[in-house]
Amino acid sequence: MAPDSAAVAFVRVLRSSGIEVPLGSTLVYVNALAEIDASSRPQVYWAGRATLVRRSEDVPVYDRAFARFWQGVSSPEHTIVDTFTMELAIEDDDNGEGEPEPESPDADATQQTLVVRASPIEVLRHKDFALCSDDELDETRRLMDDLQLAGALRRSRRLRPVRHRRGQGTRPDVRATVRRSVRAGGEAVVPSRRGPGQRPRNLVLLLDVSGSMDPYARALIRFAHAAVATRRRGRVEAFALGTRLTRLTRALSSHDADEAMASAADAAEDWSGGTRLGDGLRTFNDQWGVRGLARGAVVVILSDGWDRGDPGELAEQMARLHRVARRVVWVNPLKASDGYAPLARGMSAALPYVDDFVEGHSLAALEELAEVVGRE
Amino acid sequence: MPIDSVDDVRAGLAEHDYLADEGLATAVFLALRLHRPLLLEGEAGVGKTEVANVLSAWTGGELVRLQCYEGIDVAQAVYEWDYARQLLHVRTVEATHRLGDDIEDELYSERFLVRRPLLRAITDAGGGGAPPVLLIDEVDRADDEFEAFLLEILADYAVTVPELGTFKATRPPVVVITSNRTRDVHDALKRRCLYHWVEHPDFEREVAIVRLRAPDASEQLARNVAAAAAAMRDLGLYKPPGVAESIDWAEALAILGRDELDEASFAATLGTIVKYREDQERIRREGIGALVAEARRGA
Repeated sequence: MAPDSAAVAFVRVLRSSGIEVPLGSTLVYVNALAEIDASSRPQVYWAGRATLVRRSEDVPVYDRAFARFWQGVSSPEHTIVDTFTMELAIEDDDNGEGEPEPESPDADATQQTLVVRASPIEVLRHKDFALCSDDELDETRRLMDDLQLAGALRRSRRLRPVRHRRGQGTRPDVRATVRRSVRAGGEAVVPSRRGPGQRPRNLVLLLDVSGSMDPYARALIRFAHAAVATRRRGRVEAFALGTRLTRLTRALSSHDADEAMASAADAAEDWSGGTRLGDGLRTFNDQWGVRGLARGAVVVILSDGWDRGDPGELAEQMARLHRVARRVVWVNPLKASDGYAPLARGMSAALPYVDDFVEGHSLAALEELAEVVGRE
Repeated sequence: MPIDSVDDVRAGLAEHDYLADEGLATAVFLALRLHRPLLLEGEAGVGKTEVANVLSAWTGGELVRLQCYEGIDVAQAVYEWDYARQLLHVRTVEATHRLGDDIEDELYSERFLVRRPLLRAITDAGGGGAPPVLLIDEVDRADDEFEAFLLEILADYAVTVPELGTFKATRPPVVVITSNRTRDVHDALKRRCLYHWVEHPDFEREVAIVRLRAPDASEQLARNVAAAAAAMRDLGLYKPPGVAESIDWAEALAILGRDELDEASFAATLGTIVKYREDQERIRREGIGALVAEARRGA
C-alpha cells in the first residue's frame, strides 16, 4: 500500500472507532509522515498522535487502532465503541397508584402521543415523574424545552462600552473618545468609558443515574438535555454520577433529543447500577470542578442521596465543591413525598454544604429549580 | 542549526536542560517542520511552559509570551494606538504652525502603534534571525471571544490594523499554546494545532531531570526524590506532585544538606511537594516512614 493510501485507510479505522478526524487533519498527517523516519514505529505512532488526536480521552482508542492497523495485532477488545442499549423502565411496584400501563410497542407511539396531547398541561405539570407514562414523559420533555435554565449573572472581566459616565469599575476608553471627538472637530468633549459587562455563571448538572433514581432518571436526563442543547445563555455542563463519573455534555449537545439520549446512554455504562456519590464527586472535583469548571459556578446535583459509599468521603468532597462553587443546589425528587426527612446517610452528610435543597419530581418543581438557579 | 530528524530536536532540547520523551520530541519536530501551532495539555507542573522557553533558547528566536486571562482583548493582545503621544504630536504641530495634509497619515503610522505580543510575534520575524517563539500560556483562562480572534491570527499568521493595512509574517513564528484543561479549548482552534498530552516522566527520566535542574542534589537524593514523588502520585492526592515540585523538593533538601531522603527532612519539607492541607494529612496518615522506606527501596 502506498503511504498516502495507508494513511487514509488508518484515518478511516480511527473514524470508525469513534474519533472525529476532520479532513484537514488527514492532510497534516500525510505531510507529517513524509517528514519523519517512517521506518521507526514510535515516530509513526507519535506523528499520528500529534496530528489526529485532539483529546486525551481519545488516546486509548488511538492506541488500540494503531496496534491493530500498523502492527496487525488483533486485540481481544477490538470492539472499541461499546454499545449499550438503555432501557429505562418506570417501576410501578413501589407505588401502587401508578397507572398499570403496559409497555407500548413503538408502532403505537405516535398515535398515543396524540391522545396525551389532549390531556391538560396543568395536571401534567404537577404529576410526579415516577407516575408518568412514557407518553406523558414525552409531553413533559416538550414542555421542558421552554424552560430557561441558565446560571445567575456575574460581573465579567471583559470590558464593554458603557453609557453612564460614572459607574463601578469603569475606566476611560481613549479609542472611543478619539473616534467620537472627530465629530466635534477634534476636541475630546465627551469622554467615553468602558466598564465590566455581565456574563452568566457556568452551570454544572450532576445527575445521579443509580438504580434508586430510575423512576426519575429519564425525565431528569431530558431536563439536562434541554439545558445543554438549547443553551440560550452561558455554558452548561452535564455529568452522570454512577459507580463512576461520565461527562455527558458532548453526548447531550445534539439537538435531536432521541439521538442525544441514545448517545448519553452509550456514554454512561453504569446506568442503573449502584452509586458511590463520594467517589464520583471526587473524580469530578479532581478532573473538572476544582480545576476551574465549578469555580464561581452554580452546581446542581440531582440525586436522592442513597449512597453505598463512605459518607465521610461524600462530606469531604461536598466541602471541597462548596468551597469553589458559587452555589450548590441539591435536587431530591423524594423531598416532595409526605413526611420526607433526609435520613439517607449520604443525604445527611451532604446537607451542610448545600445552599438550596429543592424538589425535582415534577415539571412544576423543575420550573422552580430553574428559578432558583437563575437567582443571584 | 539543522533540524532534520526527531533526534535533532531531542538533542537540541537536551542541550538546554530539557529532557523530552519521544512523543514530545516528535510533536515539536512536526510543529517546526509543518509550521503548525503546538497545543500542549497536561497536569500542572509537567513542564508545558518550559517547552517554549527552551525552544526559544535553542533556536535563538525571541520568546514572546502572552499570558491569557478572562476579558483579554485586542488592545492587550494584538495592538493599541498610543493616544497620549498622538495628542502631543497634534499639539506640537499646532504650536509650530507646520502645515500640510499628511498629519493624519503621520498620526496613524507605525510610530504611534503599540505592538502587543501577538503583533510582535508576527512582525519581528522580518530580520535575518530565527523566527520568534510565541507562547500563548494557559489559553483555557481566556474566554471564547479571545479564542475566536486567536483562531483568525493562527490561520494565516496575519493581523489587520484598519488604519495601516495587513501585517503578514514573512516567516511564521513557532507557536506553543498551553492549557491546564479547566475547560475544553474550542475544536476549531484544536484543529489548527498539533496536540500533545504531556505526561509525568518515567522514573529514570525524572531522576535525570532532577539532576539537571537541581545540580546541588546528589545522585542518591535525586533517586529518592523521584521514587517518593512517583509513590505519591499513586496515593490519589488532590494535586499529585509534578516534575516542577520534584525539582523544588530536591533543591530544598540539598539546601538542608541532605544526601538522601530521611523521615525528619521529609516531614520538614512536605510543603514544597504537596500543597493542600488534605493531601499533607493524607501523607501523614499513609506514614512518612513507609514512603521513605519505599523510596529508598525503589531507588
